[in-house]
Amino acid sequence: MLNCWSATKLASDSLDRKLTLVERMRLGTHLAMCPACRRFSRQAADLRQLSRHYCSVPDDLSRPSETDSER
Amino acid sequence: MLKFAILQLSDPVVAEDAVQEALAGALKNVSTFAGQAAIKTWVFAILKNKIIDTIRQRQKLAQLAPLVSFDGEADDVDTLFDRRGIWKAQNRPTDWGTPEDNVLGRDFWRVFDACLNHLPAQQGKVFMMREFMDMATADICVDAGVSVSNLNVLLHRARLRLRNCLEKHWFQGEKRAC
Repeated sequence: MLNCWSATKLASDSLDRKLTLVERMRLGTHLAMCPACRRFSRQAADLRQLSRHYCSVPDDLSRPSETDSER
Repeated sequence: MLKFAILQLSDPVVAEDAVQEALAGALKNVSTFAGQAAIKTWVFAILKNKIIDTIRQRQKLAQLAPLVSFDGEADDVDTLFDRRGIWKAQNRPTDWGTPEDNVLGRDFWRVFDACLNHLPAQQGKVFMMREFMDMATADICVDAGVSVSNLNVLLHRARLRLRNCLEKHWFQGEKRAC
């Protein structure tokens, strides 16, 4: 049986590579029984969404000095 | 934008150049730009290309800057789990609801920013390459000097840590559950 560490690793990997059939089955079995890892899995995908969105967030929250670089 | 470039290029001077060039390029081509709303996204896209160019150039010159090191690596993501690799009760992910991008305000992005900055340098770098710049695995591996499996390990750790940081500093804010 997969533990939570390994399950979160596979869930993370699934965002970057195609899992093998066996991996998918093992992950699926674990997720079916473990709400915490289900949340991790969903939230890892949320992080991707948030990251994409981050680039279009108004900038003033980070650095006010950027206007300098426009000359 | 500058912070983003510095993190990617690990050289403030080169990063500043890249941002400056991106902005200059944007100004020059502003006539080709249509919608107002997404101007930031558009400039960012230009910057991303600049950064990738710079990284590729660097690769070609085989002038690989010393890696940003694996940082003291007392990696605290291990402590999220017990010895058997099961979530410790206090670290179990809780429900975030649906973090709708558009309802998350300024304060959220400030926290997000801080959490991102708290990632160990190499984790932060590969995470941004993957999730912000959408770079291909092969390119990331070459630039960061890691194998594919190593990259997957770094991304796993970055996600665990970033997720935990956001939960502790944002999503859990008011409801300090069990």
